[in-house]
Amino acid sequence: MRNRIFIITLLSFIYLYPSVAQDNHQQVHQDTTTLQSSNTQDDHTQTGESHDAHADHADHDHAAFDPGATAIHHISDANVYSILDFVRIPLPTILYANDKGWDIFSSGKFHAGHHEDGHYSYNGYVLHHGSVHRVADAGFPMEGSVEVEGYAHKQEEKNGKKVDVNYALYQGKEYRLDARSTMDGGILGGGFTSFIDFSPTKNVISMILVSLFLFLMFRKAANAYKNNPTKAPSGIQGFLEPVFLFIRDDVAIPFIGKKHTIYLPFLLSVFFFILGLNLWGQVPFLGSVNVTGSLSVTMVLAILVFIIVNVNGNSHYWGHIFWMPDVPIPIKILLACVEVMGLFIKPLTLMLRLAGNISAGHIAILSFIGLIFIFGKSGESLGGSLVGTAVSIPLTMFMMAIEIIVAFVQAFVFTILTASFIGAATEDHHHAEEGHH
Amino acid sequence: MTGTFAAIGAGLAVIGAGLGIGMVGGKAMEAIARQPEASGDIRSGMIIMAAFIEGAALIAILLSILMA
Repeated sequence: MRNRIFIITLLSFIYLYPSVAQDNHQQVHQDTTTLQSSNTQDDHTQTGESHDAHADHADHDHAAFDPGATAIHHISDANVYSILDFVRIPLPTILYANDKGWDIFSSGKFHAGHHEDGHYSYNGYVLHHGSVHRVADAGFPMEGSVEVEGYAHKQEEKNGKKVDVNYALYQGKEYRLDARSTMDGGILGGGFTSFIDFSPTKNVISMILVSLFLFLMFRKAANAYKNNPTKAPSGIQGFLEPVFLFIRDDVAIPFIGKKHTIYLPFLLSVFFFILGLNLWGQVPFLGSVNVTGSLSVTMVLAILVFIIVNVNGNSHYWGHIFWMPDVPIPIKILLACVEVMGLFIKPLTLMLRLAGNISAGHIAILSFIGLIFIFGKSGESLGGSLVGTAVSIPLTMFMMAIEIIVAFVQAFVFTILTASFIGAATEDHHHAEEGHH
Repeated sequence: MTGTFAAIGAGLAVIGAGLGIGMVGGKAMEAIARQPEASGDIRSGMIIMAAFIEGAALIAILLSILMA
């Protein structure tokens, strides 16, 4: 009982932290700036003037709390791994621009502060909201490091659509920034821009960590089976064995049949990779990465499924797509169009389903946490923050509980659909009446 | 203004998906109640059908994100 009270107190403290931190925001901000400048070997001197400039910028951010933009910022990938607002682990930054060549440096050069905004530029690149942007306007120093006073957002009309454009403030002037470099076609901002970002970002680091963890875990279990084949499973085997058997007996065998042994390693890898990353993204305060909610990651998974399904597809499968048997010829032509579309829609929905579900969960949690700032008028009213916190804690906890179920269900759905696509592509029997979805 | 219409579109897509998944889930529960020994097959069929419905809704939501 006492333990439980202690845990609840601890959790409420952790949840209350943001509302208090908002009140002391300038203080914290200034501290981190000082900390960073003392930690670095660069000889940038922090002047009082620059502190004021940062504080002004921070206040400007306060005034306009936008829950949507905040949520998008927090689920986006970043070039720096932030744990709460205290620890910012610099990551390697590898950038390539057509007209400039390679730039390889540590993202610590940006001196990221609050909101993952870099206080310094490096070789014409700046860090804004955790992502590397390239300065597009001439006149900005393209070599070495200069201090950036802040960042500004503007809405501009482009091809009849309103787009958000970011500007960096340097010596009182605004310099236009290119969008982030992402491969998702710019659905959540970014897109193909004047530079390509090859950096191992927060998401990549999380993927490597989770894969390493899975590798070690499975190695341990495999060694235990090898060394003591007659012993009852113990420890980590106790968790892995039922899951493995479930994937094999309820997913692989019913859908794929006797050829399942070839595809089982892929199905299991996909399942545990997605599950591990879903759960890692659910751990609060450890970066809250959104790897499986990132379209680039799910796109690669979906492309792998697409390749495996279509490379292994047999003549029945292709026959059903291009020349559906036992139907009149006009219908055959119509069905061929539909089936060819279906060929691409199947991996597309796989990609969207996973990314959409995981991102939606993260956005819901962030919106509930955003209630604290909406009620508290972005830190102006402490009473409002407390009411907001009281509303937000149960909602957030409920959402997190749902998200743990979603983490398992989505990993399972991805695996079972992959198995059913593979099964449909490789089955031997000829069912005249069976169409493919 | 387009943002508002996109939000309405996303909401409509969710209504459709909700009705569809609700029907799939309800019928599956009925089927499991009638025949508990087939619950494993029914459950995986239910999840696949729900996933297909969700896929259609997600394409609608993606379109509304792109159009917003």
